[in-house]
Amino acid sequence: MKFLRNYIDKIKPSFEEGGKFEAFHSTFDAIETFFFVPDEVTKLRGAQIRDSIDMKRSMILVIVALIPSLLFGMWNVGHWHFLAFGEDATFWQEFGFGFLKVLPLIIVSYVVGLGIEIIFAQIRKHEVNEGYFVSGFLIPLIVPVDTPLWMLAIAIAFAVILGKEVFGGTGMNILNPALTVRAFLFFAYPGWMSGDSVWISGMVKNADNVVDGFSGATPLAEAAAGNISNLPSTFNMFLGIIPGSVGETSVLAILFGAIILIWTGIGSWKIMASMIAGGLFMGLILNLFAVNAFMELPAWEHFLLGGFAFGAVFMATDPVTAAQTDIGKWIYGFLTGVLAILIRVLNPAYPEGVMLAILFMNVFAPLIDHYVVEANIKSRLKRIKIKA
Amino acid sequence: MKDREPLFSSKNMKLLTNPLNEDNPITVQVLGICSALAITAKLEPAIVMTFSVVAVLAVSNMVISMLRNLIPPRIRIIVQLTVIAAMVILVDQFLKAYAYDVSKQLSVFVGLIITNCIIMGRLEAFAMTNKPWPAFLDGIGNAAGYGIILVIVAFFRELLGSGELLGFPIFEKIGLYNIGYENNGLMILPPMALMVIGIIIWVQRSRNRELIED
Repeated sequence: MKFLRNYIDKIKPSFEEGGKFEAFHSTFDAIETFFFVPDEVTKLRGAQIRDSIDMKRSMILVIVALIPSLLFGMWNVGHWHFLAFGEDATFWQEFGFGFLKVLPLIIVSYVVGLGIEIIFAQIRKHEVNEGYFVSGFLIPLIVPVDTPLWMLAIAIAFAVILGKEVFGGTGMNILNPALTVRAFLFFAYPGWMSGDSVWISGMVKNADNVVDGFSGATPLAEAAAGNISNLPSTFNMFLGIIPGSVGETSVLAILFGAIILIWTGIGSWKIMASMIAGGLFMGLILNLFAVNAFMELPAWEHFLLGGFAFGAVFMATDPVTAAQTDIGKWIYGFLTGVLAILIRVLNPAYPEGVMLAILFMNVFAPLIDHYVVEANIKSRLKRIKIKA
Repeated sequence: MKDREPLFSSKNMKLLTNPLNEDNPITVQVLGICSALAITAKLEPAIVMTFSVVAVLAVSNMVISMLRNLIPPRIRIIVQLTVIAAMVILVDQFLKAYAYDVSKQLSVFVGLIITNCIIMGRLEAFAMTNKPWPAFLDGIGNAAGYGIILVIVAFFRELLGSGELLGFPIFEKIGLYNIGYENNGLMILPPMALMVIGIIIWVQRSRNRELIED
């Protein structure tokens, strides 16, 4: 570490104003603050609280929380691939196959996303924003594993430029960037994003060689089609041994992540809890009417299907796009849960409602906050009047 | 007698060219967005729409300008609408007679030129207070400014959304599909028209910073 510090200090002058590599200042700054907590402090005036957990450190913790999902997802990709094509494979073969499939997605995600961030940082002369570290890690986890890389690259460019940079970069964006990528892919290239064959690696191009009787449909698709008896066992769905996007299948791995996020205080437990409450509420209402098999599905089982758990833990809790006030978080999470189940069950055009529900509520989060703040001001004003 | 102003004096030329860029009805005044969403999925209807609006706006601008001293102020909107409606019906009938396919594609949107905010806006703001010739030029300029955005948006939407230009399968001919390219379905959906217009506005304002309003 000492060696690294010395080296960075040595090359620093050439990146500062007037130096040889002045043009790459923001890139250098990003790398320096990536390794070391920046030494800038506010001026000594008034009370201050200094915490070494800055943006980069908190973002890294989110990535740590995502690692269980990623590792499980890699194994799951390989597992379903070999199962679909009827080949025997050891655990490490399965994991290795998935690793090689997922790695390019991660690389493309970071190269394209960070590339655009750096270009904008350079033009606008500010630091490279940390926000993309997490977005770039989330993106490979929420797309089907066979998504062509050029499509992913276009979607990321779209999301980072139009979803984020036009609003002013990290912290200013209205929509969750990772979900914007997914929404773009979903509407632009539906053939690669929905259907029964996209979830199994190799099945879109090579559907003829798949073992007879293997469908590749996700449990969510089975449930939507009314084949409740085809659902895998609850235990398998909880573990995540089901077809789906890379990182969203395992509720267990997501729970590990949730514990890390809640324990470190980075993810809001209020949003997670209220989103689950909202989903449960809507699920129970649908149970009351229950005119088809999907509506009869026990409300709690919705959390094991599709991206609900992943969305609740990692997507809805994004501190930039979620509601900021405490009451606002409860409202925001609850409505997200309600909408997610509502779209999922009642709208046949959209097989999964979590993405759309979160994006929709992202747009409403500032409005919710506004009314919560206004209500607070009003109630405090009332208190003053009574005393006077 | 006063010297007559030449027909294409620099002032009159400004009426033609200003709406193309710094006074563009769509990107600067943000008028006429609705039809820009509806008919820009393909290039051909967008071009036909452009010419229809040019014809309607230029002629009705001129007619209103000729009548401007005769129109009682209290009923001027009704008179303006009558003139526009007459022109739109003419254009509509003309398209039905000579370009039936495109006319079917544009369907109700030709009729809806009547409600295009750009047209009412120009009649109210320009034709009512100016002479027929400048009003005519102003009509052509504004309609062309509207049309140029329409054509740019439609160009990108048809190229990226369907891989064609004016119905010619350009991506197929250069073999893009063989290397795994696929058309972008989002481009065909109406929201993308808004986003493309947004990008045009972004590019235009970062090139001409005077247009940025606080």
